[in-house]
Amino acid sequence: MLNILKAIWSQLVTLVEVLRHTFSKADTVQYPEEMPYLAPRNRGRIVLTRDPDGEERCVACNLCAVACPVDCIALQKTEDEYGRWYPEFFRINFSRCIMCGMCEEACPTYAIQLTPDFEMCEYDRQNMVYEKEHLLISGEGKYPGYSFYNVAGKSIKNKDKGEARNESPPVDVRSLLP
Amino acid sequence: MPGWLIYFIIFGTIFGAFGGAAVLIWFERRLLGIWQDRLGPNRVGPLGIGLALADVIKLFAKEDWVPPFADKFVFVFAPTAIVMAMLLGFAVVPFAPGIHVIDLNIALLFFMGMTSLAVYSVMLGGLASNNKYALLGGLRSAAQMVSYEVFMGLSLMGVVMLTGSFSLVDIVNTQAEKGWFVFSQFFGFVAFMMAGIAESHRLPFDLPEAEHELVAGFHTEYSGMKFGMFMVGEYLGLILISSMICTIFFGGWLGPDFLPPIFWFTIKTFVFICFFILLRAAIPRPRYDQLMIFGWQYLLPLTLINLLVTGAVVLWL
Amino acid sequence: MPTIKVDNQKLVVKDGDNLLQALLSAGIDIPYFCWHPAMGSIGACRQCAVVQYAGEDDTRGRIVMSCMTAVTDQARFSVATQSADQFRKSVIENLMLNHPHDCPVCEEGGECHLQDMTVMSGHSVRHYEGKKTTYRNQYLGPFIGHEMNRCITCYRCVRYYQDHAGGHDLNAFGSRDRVFFGRVESGLLESEFAGNLVEVCPTGVFTDKTFSKHYTRKWDLQSSPTICQGCSLGCNTYTSERYGQLRRVQNRYHHQVNGYFLCDRGRFGAQFVNAESRIRQAGIRNSQGLYDATELKTAIGIARSIISNASTIKGIGSPRASLESNQALRELVGQNNYSNGMTEVEQAMLQKIIDVLRSPIPTPSMMQTEQCDAVLVLGEDVTNFAPRLALSLRQATQNRAKTLALGVHIPLWHDAAVREIGQSDRSPLVIVTPTEDRLDEVASHVLRLAPDNIALLGDEICHAIKDEDNGTASDNVSSVAREIAGLLKQATKPLIVAGTSLQHPGILQAALNIAITLNQQNISAGFFACASESNSLGVAMLDNQHSISDIMAEQPETLVVLENDLQRRLGDRFDASLAGIKHLIVLDHLDNPTVSVSTLVLPAATFAEAEGTYVNNEGRAQRSFATFNPAGDITPSYELLDQLRSVKRHIDEIHHVIANSIPTLAGIVAAAPAASFRIEGAKIARMTHRASGRTAIDANISVHEPTPPMDDDSPLVYSMEGQHEQAPANLRAYSWAPGWNSNQSNHKFQQEVGGSERTGDPGILVLTGGGEIKTGDVTLTHRRLVPELHIFGSDELTNSAADLATLVTAPYLRMHGTTAQSLGVVQDDGVSFEVNKQRFSFAVIVDDSMPADSLAYPLIPATVVLTNLDDIQLSKAESWTKAPASGQRMITTDRSQ
Repeated sequence: MLNILKAIWSQLVTLVEVLRHTFSKADTVQYPEEMPYLAPRNRGRIVLTRDPDGEERCVACNLCAVACPVDCIALQKTEDEYGRWYPEFFRINFSRCIMCGMCEEACPTYAIQLTPDFEMCEYDRQNMVYEKEHLLISGEGKYPGYSFYNVAGKSIKNKDKGEARNESPPVDVRSLLP
Repeated sequence: MPGWLIYFIIFGTIFGAFGGAAVLIWFERRLLGIWQDRLGPNRVGPLGIGLALADVIKLFAKEDWVPPFADKFVFVFAPTAIVMAMLLGFAVVPFAPGIHVIDLNIALLFFMGMTSLAVYSVMLGGLASNNKYALLGGLRSAAQMVSYEVFMGLSLMGVVMLTGSFSLVDIVNTQAEKGWFVFSQFFGFVAFMMAGIAESHRLPFDLPEAEHELVAGFHTEYSGMKFGMFMVGEYLGLILISSMICTIFFGGWLGPDFLPPIFWFTIKTFVFICFFILLRAAIPRPRYDQLMIFGWQYLLPLTLINLLVTGAVVLWL
Repeated sequence: MPTIKVDNQKLVVKDGDNLLQALLSAGIDIPYFCWHPAMGSIGACRQCAVVQYAGEDDTRGRIVMSCMTAVTDQARFSVATQSADQFRKSVIENLMLNHPHDCPVCEEGGECHLQDMTVMSGHSVRHYEGKKTTYRNQYLGPFIGHEMNRCITCYRCVRYYQDHAGGHDLNAFGSRDRVFFGRVESGLLESEFAGNLVEVCPTGVFTDKTFSKHYTRKWDLQSSPTICQGCSLGCNTYTSERYGQLRRVQNRYHHQVNGYFLCDRGRFGAQFVNAESRIRQAGIRNSQGLYDATELKTAIGIARSIISNASTIKGIGSPRASLESNQALRELVGQNNYSNGMTEVEQAMLQKIIDVLRSPIPTPSMMQTEQCDAVLVLGEDVTNFAPRLALSLRQATQNRAKTLALGVHIPLWHDAAVREIGQSDRSPLVIVTPTEDRLDEVASHVLRLAPDNIALLGDEICHAIKDEDNGTASDNVSSVAREIAGLLKQATKPLIVAGTSLQHPGILQAALNIAITLNQQNISAGFFACASESNSLGVAMLDNQHSISDIMAEQPETLVVLENDLQRRLGDRFDASLAGIKHLIVLDHLDNPTVSVSTLVLPAATFAEAEGTYVNNEGRAQRSFATFNPAGDITPSYELLDQLRSVKRHIDEIHHVIANSIPTLAGIVAAAPAASFRIEGAKIARMTHRASGRTAIDANISVHEPTPPMDDDSPLVYSMEGQHEQAPANLRAYSWAPGWNSNQSNHKFQQEVGGSERTGDPGILVLTGGGEIKTGDVTLTHRRLVPELHIFGSDELTNSAADLATLVTAPYLRMHGTTAQSLGVVQDDGVSFEVNKQRFSFAVIVDDSMPADSLAYPLIPATVVLTNLDDIQLSKAESWTKAPASGQRMITTDRSQ
């Protein structure tokens, strides 16, 4: 019996609680007249960033493509004459993209980043296909200062073997010193 | 009563009910918005009122489609049935002294008969759709309505005993002498209100269409104006139940004299409509077995005891 | 069969196995690096540690390396116990100390044994904060990339390269933590089997450069089981594609054929599929002699009207085309008008090989030749003609060491110990060829003879086995013959290797005679025959009636040529033979001399784009499946030929037609499951379950994704949806098992480590028993010109693979010093000769190991005119192309140093 009364009381309290919201202010933001604040980590349009030297950060490792749950990223690796990897083409089909940010999480070089821009509607779906030239920005995005090749073992232009962080210079194989 | 007046009242009732239902589409969303700290529809016309019109235009403009696997006649008939039943229910509602379509001496029974007919609409709609979700929705509605029908009737018997009549005009007039029945018949009021929600399958008792279990329940296959009629029927039911509660338990048109009786009736009805919308905004939907247990194990004994006590009071006091 | 207890679970294991093999065979995952199923154990990496208990009461146990522990009955081990787990974790952490942060830019990433083992061992954080050791890389040729930083010093590469493949130029250098694996100086890796380093290396030190040029992660590749087109051995491969291009070829384990390794021709040669010279559209020759690209439908229509109006129509098939395509041609032109596209000599030799394969004489598979304890190679340059066999014959020479090891109870998987006890003691391998071969270095006897003399020596050996003296040979020859005969008679499992490379029926007959005689003396001597092309034996079985010359002799008005460059067969007679033909319809993949004289050319699909059945040199019919759906008009040959006679049929119907009309080929129906094959209602997926980019690949053309191409011909689908690991061996599109992303996952599909596939070995032996063979007379050809084969260059198709083409030699003539002297030329001079009133000038290589009366020319496109000539008239030349220094591979200069 007490339980029933308690249950009834609980329902009544709920009603009163909801009724009290009649006098509270609405949280609605009247977009587009009023632009909402979007945090930098908001997941919107995807960009490809550059490292501090201005080179493409993307090394075409394909991890974003494989992490993508809707398989909307396709790319092809190629390399420059010094052995630096970069994408020959990098295509995102935004008409399939669900802005989940898995690509950003998978990216080992901070190259692919989601930005707070979500206003990318098109009348023609074909225009939602972004190629590398549409994706690549000239800045470092959310992670300034990071350069993948400074911590990787591969040598590239202006970074020889042993010049990466925490690397000793190349060994002299012919040395027999203990 | 002059002949033209009766026609005026009839058409007034029909258009009032339909207009009320249409405006409720907008009003309910707006109110839900307020209680959920949103704005609700606010883009079309002032305060978004144009949405009601837009919705109606949309429903009329939609393709009138009957699925090839459905039972065509029943499928088309079902939504009309609910609207007809609900509109007929309005015939016995006394809006003010002298302003009613008809003052039947069995008005209460007529009202209950009409609301019972509405169950056919839902059940047939579910059955004719030839769709498993619709069928389950129809089954649920049949069980739910038949169950709640029982104590809907029983809960009103106390009022009938006190009045000594089934006529709604008599019930209102009796309340002028004995005070509103909500005081003397409090448990009858509670039971009637619950049953009313269940009869009009409004939230939280909208299990026939429970959208996260049954897609859209009995009207899964419906679209366009046929779906619109189900929706209008639901809002008509809402208005009808509210006006009945107002008439039976809250003294109908009675009220202080600074406002004409019809206004008192409208205000009281409006309050109950708001209350039903508040229920929708606040209370979650119970599980199906909980709904049935609630009806048979709590409401039925409650109304029976209420009836017994009222009987005893009428007999010995 | 000993019973052991592992983590309180009883296992019955194979006697003589080591514990690691036993555990893997039982399906228990245990990380390892230095052990390899084909190379045994040396216990270098310490990764496969387990705990061994002294008895039931022992609770502490001691850590042992499972790869170095023999299984003994009632032994008790634990893999999961904490001390073993902790030990393995610390070992992998130490191995990973210097491993660079390279995975995203490493070709091995995603199919890396080191990644798999690191995850399996549970290591995730590098606690050591010291600096990482770095190395400079070397240029190792166009095929193999080198990134030494990634090395974990497991020594697998040098063990494979030196001990298994017999290479000399890859070594371990340096001391302490500076150990370096590479060459003394940058340069091409010399071994023909260097490509296997890519698969042998557990991480990304040695990577496939040709693949890296258009790199794709393993999970993105669309693959299928294919049969290598490089030679007649029928090695099993996985061919992989992405974005409509063939990306790479990997070894597909076959217990009987290629085991774990491929040759470089097979691995890197298949890039011809992407060649510039690919015929991608139908072409019709116009009045200027140029070709107008034509829509396939139109071209087929024109071809149909040519055929229906022709008074005589003949068809030439090809030993490099599938059985299905040849059958379709045979039906198009009629049985009497069809030739399988080979010369009379070759046809007769293949008939001999078919006869011996059906006879009671043992014909071991390639993997079985590794068990032979005495080998006689008669006239075959194995390394360059059937390269993968050379690797097996190298293993056969190790049998002496194995016998010695077994004598002192050393288990055979104990690799270092076996090699130590064997030292340089090898099983006898006798090589009798006209020219040099890299296999010579492991041979006990090397004889350089002219082809006719090889045949005569073979005959002499045969007599020596019978202890006869026919008295015709000189004392010198007969004493050598007696010695060889003695070696063969002493052996328990001798093997005779011969084939068609020198196009000398006498040598093949002599080799056969030896095998027959040995078997008559109750010595179970095996006979291994090499044929020249991937389906030589298959088309010989299909229809061996008419040779090319028979067809040409009738001067047909219309000739249909299927995937066959007639110049390679006809040599100097090519122009004359084709002169009278009015309509020449050619179906081929690549531009070649025959295509460029055709009137109508149709774009034929390669092995990577069409299904086909190929019969290898041991009579094993194997099905190869299309890897991808070619773009545009490229169509499988059998379909084109069917269209020419307005027929549409399923490839499985062709199998049945062949099986019904040729009883010996009845087995091909069962060579692989039919197109209706399903596992739990699903076909086999060509893509991995993690293939990416599905909705973006074609988005640049149209954002509306196209329907995936349908494959009605095979039980495979061009999709990621379907069965993956459950596929039977002959349908499995790639090797992957959970936790085993690299090709080391092979053991997950084997009955036991290094054994047969669980679902049976792919392919079916169609030539088994029912035949008789008798010795015959050895005939001589009196040819002075000897073709010298090259692993890169002597095969028609693989020449067009871009990276492989850089290694094809320039033309030369190799001659003995006396010949050179008589012509008045020295090394690097030029000689010239005239054929069909055309002058050719080649460089001279003076080589005194050559038989004095022979002239060797490289079998490459530039020398094709010499194909059928017995002799040429030489004179000193004024100008010529310089010969490559060694006469072998050209070494390109190093870019990185």
